[in-house]
Amino acid sequence: MTGSGPRAVSRRGLLAGGALAAGGALGATVAVTAVGSSDDPATRPAELAPVAEIGLAVEPFHGTRQAGVATEPQAHAAFVALVLRPETDREALGRMLRLLSDDAARLTQGRPALADTEPELGLLPARLTVTFGFGPGFYQAANVDERRPPSVAALPAFRIDRLSPHWSGGDLLLQICADDPLTVAHAQRVLVKDSRPFATVAWVQQGFRRAAGAEPGRTQRNLFGQLDGTANPKPGAPLETAVWVPDGPAWLRDSTTLVVRRISMNLESWDLLGRTDRELSVGRRLDTGAPLTGTDEHDEPDFDALGSGGLTVIPDFSHLTRSHVTEDRLRILRRPYNYDGVPSADGTADSGLIFASYQADITQQFLPIQRRLAERDLLNEWTTPIGSAVFAIPPGCPEGSWVGQQLLG
Amino acid sequence: MPSNVTGRRLRPAALVAAALLTAAMAGCGSSGDSSATNPTPSGTTAPAADAPADVVGINDPWVKAADKGMTAAFATLVNESDADVTLTGVSTEVSPMELHEMTMKDGEMVMQAKEGGIVIKAKSSHMLEPGGDHLMMLDLQQPVRAGDELTFTLAFADGRTQSFTAVAKPFTGAEESYDPEHSMPDMSMSPSAAS
Repeated sequence: MTGSGPRAVSRRGLLAGGALAAGGALGATVAVTAVGSSDDPATRPAELAPVAEIGLAVEPFHGTRQAGVATEPQAHAAFVALVLRPETDREALGRMLRLLSDDAARLTQGRPALADTEPELGLLPARLTVTFGFGPGFYQAANVDERRPPSVAALPAFRIDRLSPHWSGGDLLLQICADDPLTVAHAQRVLVKDSRPFATVAWVQQGFRRAAGAEPGRTQRNLFGQLDGTANPKPGAPLETAVWVPDGPAWLRDSTTLVVRRISMNLESWDLLGRTDRELSVGRRLDTGAPLTGTDEHDEPDFDALGSGGLTVIPDFSHLTRSHVTEDRLRILRRPYNYDGVPSADGTADSGLIFASYQADITQQFLPIQRRLAERDLLNEWTTPIGSAVFAIPPGCPEGSWVGQQLLG
Repeated sequence: MPSNVTGRRLRPAALVAAALLTAAMAGCGSSGDSSATNPTPSGTTAPAADAPADVVGINDPWVKAADKGMTAAFATLVNESDADVTLTGVSTEVSPMELHEMTMKDGEMVMQAKEGGIVIKAKSSHMLEPGGDHLMMLDLQQPVRAGDELTFTLAFADGRTQSFTAVAKPFTGAEESYDPEHSMPDMSMSPSAAS
């Protein structure tokens, strides 16, 4: 840093130097890769694989459907719910979504956002996806309530609910997922900054799964140690049927819906249970996730099988029994993330699940399951819904367009 | 299956380009063909149907949103030709404009009209950025709101012109103000912060 030259130059020199230092380090890595590879993966040095495998992995942004739904779940997520300012009308929403879609299009592809104040943080997408969701208030603000999917409305109250406004509602959801937490944090910062003229932050829920590559292809585990999502519709036709709206006008076709529930999990009372009772409450084995009547996670449960005492092996109050659905068109796609807050002074955990459920229609698919669980699911003893929000996930957008243009344009 | 289920990876070449772009953004003036890696959804060059070939490449154009008074537009100008190009003026519908630079005067950072225009050297790029050279909007006739798209026309020394569209971004970076009503923040950076 020179002290004598014009300070403008010095200042810019400082900036350039910083960027070059960052770029230089990056460049060195890349140079090694490039020399060794010539685009041939077989000759790429093995020690660089982790960067190539995780940091540089890209999910598409543009397309008929939004990414972040059928996408293999990334390790980290932030669910950011915004409340629109009173003056944010249909025209302003168009400007807002043009900006936010552009941010997402760039960051997901490993490019800094426009006017990105930390451009170096935009270079490793790590499978970043940004998924936009429209709450009921979004349609009202845009004065297009007749285009709101009817099932996108506040859920009925359930007796098990202890909902806090701190974790509930919201007009616009930004679901940000990536295999790198720094990537998620930067994307969240960029998107929130560009949202400020139009909206305020209602709530943010940050969650995690296993690290990228730690357990590929496995069902995620929650903080009770249970496999979570075994009953998801399988990729292909079952998932198509369960999740995506197959027809309708342009703002509806290839859309889906999302229910976000914050489920507090009481690790203290769960600790009081023995392993057998824990397995009975779910109806599955903790190690394999197999139904108590089977040996493999994906074995079909036999709800009629009787145990030695004459009772069904899988209790009728178990989570498995209450949530069981056989038809694909009635299934939900669970894509949950764990949260783990700061324990209180006496060590009481603040842990739980950000339950994210995608389905073509909330009323037809989510609500029947939720009603059965609320009515009689032994797991309710140790879990409490403390937040709830519903969103339409509109179709994706082609390049040159923005998410929501079919609805607002 | 929807196409968005399968992931792909950036090629190292793309990372190189991205790193170069970043370096360019910080003002080192490195040249680089970012057109291949830079399909901006909003705010790229917008040639008219019968427009002649572009004089320069205009990457990542944007405007700082402002309700009234002054603001500025920014972009990276890329000159891929073998001859220097001199930008001599810029215009838009919503405000009178000037080419400006930031410079030190009497120990204070001030902006002033760029005498002789902005030269984009052959085979190189020139950053228009907060704290550096910029396209100054002197007196907004209407608010420039976040997400608005504005059209600008660049005028070059050889008489050629080129138009482009830029999107307005909310921006508070570096506490730079282009409104003389507000005092400039202390721009000094201590050596300790720099080292």
